[in-house]
This record gives sequence, C-alpha cells and structure tokens, in this order.
Amino acid sequence: MERRLFLKGGLAAAGGAGILPFLKHLPAHAQGRGDTLVVVTGFGPNSMDIMRVGANRPAYQLSINLYDQLINFAVVEQPDGTYAYDRDTLVPELAESWEIADDGMSVTFFLRKEAKFWDGTPVTAEDVKWSFDRAVLIGGFATVQMRAGALEKPEQFEVVDEHTFRVHYLKPSKLTLPNLAVPTAVVFNSKLVKAQATAADPWASDYTHTTPAGSGAFKLERWDSGQQTVYIRNDDWTQGPLPGVRRVIIREVPSAATRRALLERGDAQFSIELPPKDAAEMQAAGRVKVAGHPVGCCQYHVGMNLKFPPFDNVLVRRAVAHAIPYEDIYNLAAFQRGVPLWGGESATPAEAVWPQPAPFRTDYDRARELLAEAGLPNGFETTLSINLGLADWQEPTALLVQEGLARVGIRTTIDKIPGANWRTRALIEKDLPLHLENFGGWLDFPDYYFFWVLQTDRLFNSFNYSNPEIDALTDSVLHLPVDHPDYEPTVKKMIEIVWQDVPMAPLYQPYLDMGMSQNVEGYAYFFHRLLDARRLSFA
Amino acid sequence: MAERSRLELIGRRLLSAVPSVFGVVLVTFVLTRALPGDPAVYFAGMMADEASIAEVRQRLGLDRSWVEQFFAYVWNLLQGDLGRSLMTGRPVLTELAERLPASLELTFVALLFAIGVAVPLGVLAATRPDSWVDHLCRVVVTAGVSLPTFFTGLFLVYIFYFLLGWSPSPLGRLDFLYFPPPHVTGFYTIDSLLAGDFETFRAALNQLALPALTLGLFSLAPIARMTRASMLQTLSADFVRTARAMGLAGSTVLWTYAFRNALLPVITTLGMVFSFMLGANVLVERVFSWPGVGSFAVDALVASDYAAVQGFVLTMALLFVLVNLTIDIIYTLIDPRVGVEG
Repeated sequence: MERRLFLKGGLAAAGGAGILPFLKHLPAHAQGRGDTLVVVTGFGPNSMDIMRVGANRPAYQLSINLYDQLINFAVVEQPDGTYAYDRDTLVPELAESWEIADDGMSVTFFLRKEAKFWDGTPVTAEDVKWSFDRAVLIGGFATVQMRAGALEKPEQFEVVDEHTFRVHYLKPSKLTLPNLAVPTAVVFNSKLVKAQATAADPWASDYTHTTPAGSGAFKLERWDSGQQTVYIRNDDWTQGPLPGVRRVIIREVPSAATRRALLERGDAQFSIELPPKDAAEMQAAGRVKVAGHPVGCCQYHVGMNLKFPPFDNVLVRRAVAHAIPYEDIYNLAAFQRGVPLWGGESATPAEAVWPQPAPFRTDYDRARELLAEAGLPNGFETTLSINLGLADWQEPTALLVQEGLARVGIRTTIDKIPGANWRTRALIEKDLPLHLENFGGWLDFPDYYFFWVLQTDRLFNSFNYSNPEIDALTDSVLHLPVDHPDYEPTVKKMIEIVWQDVPMAPLYQPYLDMGMSQNVEGYAYFFHRLLDARRLSFA
Repeated sequence: MAERSRLELIGRRLLSAVPSVFGVVLVTFVLTRALPGDPAVYFAGMMADEASIAEVRQRLGLDRSWVEQFFAYVWNLLQGDLGRSLMTGRPVLTELAERLPASLELTFVALLFAIGVAVPLGVLAATRPDSWVDHLCRVVVTAGVSLPTFFTGLFLVYIFYFLLGWSPSPLGRLDFLYFPPPHVTGFYTIDSLLAGDFETFRAALNQLALPALTLGLFSLAPIARMTRASMLQTLSADFVRTARAMGLAGSTVLWTYAFRNALLPVITTLGMVFSFMLGANVLVERVFSWPGVGSFAVDALVASDYAAVQGFVLTMALLFVLVNLTIDIIYTLIDPRVGVEG
C-alpha cells in the first residue's frame, strides 16, 4: 500500500488532477471511496464524437458525460425503488428556461449566462446554432436522429442574442422537444472546433474524434482505444449538481464472466449491461445491487416475412404466434429479465402503450387448426434466421421456437448470420422468411415505434409488412401531442390492427440490467441505455 | 567465410519471402471483399437510411471498382500507410504498433514458461520411458492441450483472483492504479525496467502471470512430445552408444551429445508453436481483457473493417517470415552442418 503512494518528484498526494502526469500510481485508497469509480463494460467507444460517421453506441456515452444538452429529462423514483428518466418532464441543462411561442411554431431557449466551456469561453447561442447545424448537415446517425424530431435544416436554428436561441418548427411535433434532450443534440465549443476545420473536413470531426470540446460535468482525462476511457470531474460545472465522483475509469473487459468476477470482488463498482443470466443470479445472491428496468419502446419478437409464402397468409402467421413456447423462452432464454408480451386478455388494447402483451398464447391445438384452415394441415418447411451478434438471447430462443413450431408440423432450420451481415440481410434486403428481431427507440412513444418498424418500407420493417391504414394512422399521430383527443383512440386502433395482421409474434420486452456495488448510489435508467456518471456517488 | 554465407542465407530467405508477402496482400484483399458483410451499412449506424449509407460508402471509397481499390491500397502500402480502421477510427499502423507488443509480450512469456516446463519434462520422460515421470508428462500435456484456453483462463481467474485473491484483477496489462511506463519497446516489463520503475515492473509481471500460464499450458504438448521423441531417437543413436562405451559421464552424454542434437527438431517446433500461439491467443485476450492484436482482428472481422483485417494478416505474414528466418539463423548457430558446408 505504502509503495503505491509513491510519487515521482516528491509531490504531495493532495494536488488532484494537476499532478496526474507526474503520478505513476493512483493512491490505492482513492479507489471506490467517493473519489474514483471503476466501471467495466463489454466494449468501448470508437470515437469521442457522437456525430462522427461510424461512431458506435459506447461513443454516445461520451456525449452524455462530457457534453451538455440544452435540456434533459427529469429522473423519478420507480415503484421498486430504482430510478428512471421521465419521458414527459424536461429539466434545464444549458438552457435555464424555455418558452414555446403562442403560435406553437417555435421554441425559445434562454441559456445560462454563467455556463463556460472547459477552456473558459462562455457558452453562447452561436455555439448552439453551430452544433445543431452540424448535427443536421454532417450526415449519418446524428442527422437521422435530428430528423426524427422534425429538425432538418439550419434555417430552423436562430441566434436571437448571445444567450437566447430559437428553434423554428417545420411543423408542430411532440417529438421535437424530447429530441433536443437526447445525446445527439449536444453543444460543442464552436470557436475551438471551427479553428480545426479543413476543406476536406468542414465540421472538424477528425479533431473532435480524439479531442472533445464541450462544457460538460466531466472532462476527458485519457482515452486508450480498446482499453479504457477516463473522465475527470469539471469542478467549474454550473449546469447541475457537481458529480459525486471525481474520476471515472471505464475499462473494456470483453468477457462477461470476467466482468462479473471484477464486480463481485469489488475491484469494479459498476458493470454496464449484464447478461440476463448474470443479472438473475447476482440479484438472487445479493452481494451486489442489480438495477433492472424494461427498455422503453423495445420488444423482442419473432418476425414473419410477408414476401415469403406461406407467411403471406394471415392464418399461417397466427398459427405461428400460437405455436411459440413463450413461457419457456421467458424462463430459459431471458431468465425472467423482461416483461412478458404474450397472453393479452383482449384483442382490443385497453391502453395506448407499446409494447404491451399481445393476445397470443401457447396453444398447439389452435395452431394446428389455423394451419389446417390455411390449407397446410401437414405444416411446411422454412428457415429461422438469427443474428450471431445477439446469440446471447437469440440462440436459446431460436431452439425453443424451433421445438414449438415442430409440434405443429412447421419444420425449421436455424440459420446463424454473422452480426456484420445481419443488417444487410434483415433490414436492407429484408429477405429472411422467419427471424428474431429487436428494435429499441430513444423516444418512447407507440407511434414512434410504428414509424420505425411497422410503416411500409421502414428500415426496421423486416417483415415487408404493408398496411395502408397503419401507414396513414401512424402519420396522423406521429407529431400529435399525447393529450390530443385523437391520439389515444388512434394508437389503440393501430395496435389492434397489428394484432390482427400478426407480422410478428412479440416475445418479451427486455430489461436493461446494470450491476453495481452496494455503496454506489444515484443510478437512473435512461432511454440511451448507457451510464450517466454525473448522477453517481458513493454512500 | 562462415559469416558471409550466413548473411547470404539471410538475404536469400528475405528475397524468397517477397512473392509470398505479395500473395498475402492480394489474397487478403480479395478475401476481405468476399466477406458477406457490408461495411457501409455497418458503419452508417443503426437508423441509417439509403442516402446516408450511400454517403458512407462513397466516403469510404467503397463505391469504386475492386481494381481501383486494390491499386490505391498497394500504393498506400508502399508508403507505409495501412489505412484507417473504421472500428476504432485510428490508423491501422498505430493500432498494430500498440497492440502487437502486448500480444508479443504475452506470447514470449507464455513460451518461456512452456519451454521451462516442457523441455525438462520431455528430457526426463525420454530418459525414463514408461516410468511415472513419463506418465506424468503424458497426463500433463494431454490435459493442457485438451482443456480449451477460455476454460483454463476462467478457471485460473476463479481460483487465483476470485477465491484466493492472490492475483490482481484480470484487467489487461496493468491494474488501473498504474500508468504505462514510457514507451521504448512496448513491452511493459522491459520498459518499466529501463525506466527503473520496479513497482510497475512487478505489477506488469503480476498481470502477465495468469494469461501466460493459460497460454503456456495449452502449448506444452507439442514441445514436450517433440523433446521426448527427439531425445529418444538421439539416445538410441550410434554416437550416444559410442560415447557411453567410451566411458563418458552420464550427464555429459545426455546434455552435450544427446540433448544438443535433439534440440534441432524442438527448435523447429518452437517456431511453429510461437506463430500458432500469436494467432491463437484471442480467447486468452478476451478472458483477461488483454489489448492484443487477436481480439482486434476478430472485432475487425465482425465489423468487416477491411483495412484492419488486411493490416493484421499482413503483419502476421511478416511475423511468420521473421520467425522462420530467426529459426534458420538459430539453426546455423546450433548445428554446424547448416549453412557453412562450403
């Protein structure tokens, strides 16, 4: 222990971040005691800039912790004592307040006057405009996500004065404001970044790729690609309560078994996204805390491709939905880390929520009847495709589905497709007759799910499902506020139609499980399924 | 004279490697393109539409013909540019330069361990065939080779880290309490010694112990079996019988006459084992979060990251050439018959 306190150059241990370059070993007592939080995760970021083309999901975590958004979602306590974000309540971050215009066609944000970037320059409306212009013009994920909130053109973003910023709507939409509270709508230090722009790289994404330029609660201390990312607290942060930990070390540990050993031994205090089996076992053992929350706007389902007979016949699709051993899948593949989505009581939904249990249950006799009615009393042969990148749940699920279908005469061969090829086959070419799929949307509205998954030709419509009524109804509510009188009946109607058409058999809504030491507090579930370390502290 | 012929040998070896390296460049290029994945789709992100996929494809230069792409690739290669990894967003050369030493260090230590155990075991087994030592040797190497490395790895982690707490956390090359020593060779043990930092040296060695043990156990078998077989052969050779008949001491016969002659096939095996370990330590890297080339290559393959896969295969090919060359040189040092017959 003593040796680890050794400091080259005889500096005292009290200096903090400033002395780090001279410090070869971190003081051992710093770890896990209100100072340093060690987080383990399966894979790390490939960029420090969420807007860079090709940035992966772990890269979004940098946006959340190092950058500020204008607004964010409030966090509320759940019935089980855990915390989660609240879709309907927005709270200030860089903007201290905002006002929607009387005509409902714009929103004006009033920025905090004291907010500063890490280099000390004040955050101005200019910076916000530049960042949003960048998001809608840079292409790739950021642009697509902005468009989901009807934010498409730089002309929509207006600098009113140094600390006042306005967003003009193309059309009023309930999605616009929430879409400004997501990690793609972050604010960059535009003067700093613009100075690095070149003709070939007008948005200087090669610079921000390795050098974040934000105003967030944490600064980047180091990034060793493929190994670790280290955040250090920005003690001048004014956009919220200061984070409870001073340093966050995020280590990439590819093996889930190793991650579990590290967490249970206490060498790591937080583990991102536990496999369902580990989550179930660790929660039962009680040595560490497991916080599980259903992933919003997400369901795991068996998809049926209407382009491939006999799946063009609704009777066959309904038969499949009745020949799936839901209970076994939930117990053996999901380890009960999810919300069941089968066995709904009525064919008409009681609430306008998605996902919710569909009116299908395991009933092999009913399935055989339906098949006979469809003229296929002896069943048929088909391929069941799964994504090897998600083998965790898809492999056991596929085996159980295969077994269930075999009982009614549907003979399947399981086709395992490598992760890199999955998107091309399932979503671009849409040529998988029977397959397992999942979609999770950031904005947790039923119509948002329909927009991505069930409208004709949508990217995640791996079923080639096309129903003009669904298309029209989804369009009619997508931008309506949820308290609009038409909203609820229309959404219920949409859900009812999909239950009748059965392009997919919903299995369950998965949990996002995070593991943490008993003394870690403040974790809240967010739609982005990543760690907002600003909220964490040690008890 | 001997010195010149040795240089000539090296030169000839290097020249003969050129066509095979070019072949590797061509084959990896074609093979990566033949992979089923589409990098443009993969890297355009979850929500990408057709337009943004096309945009990514164009930005990655994947809209050009294969021939054009190949010449661009070779041209960049000649300038020492291996391209940029899409996955990590950094130059492939930087990635490999950082990760190769990690893999090499692990492999070297594992190999040292394997030699240290397998060679004496093989010699002992050969001198006492069918005794308990021989049986022990057989059991150890069979167990080593038949247990999958990820299992051995996890098992060792469970015992030495989780239960006993003797070993540091399996978090890669250094515990997070330490910072890497100044870069000289990229081998943390050597660099920390060069910097005179014994604390970090010890830490790096501690981190190395379990993964090296895992990898070493797996490669005991070929070395021990080869040592045993080769020793048995030389021990029954005429010159050993003659040496014995002349009344030379048992140890002189064993080590000077038999062992030195038995070493040649063992060295050849070592070369093969080394190359094999370098490629095969992916699973060990996964279990111990080791930032080596193996896991990098697998990730690259999954993501259809062309530049990274090509860079990896090319590096491995060059390493093979280098290892074979080293083996040949060691041969000339051990065996007077090689290379100096003129």
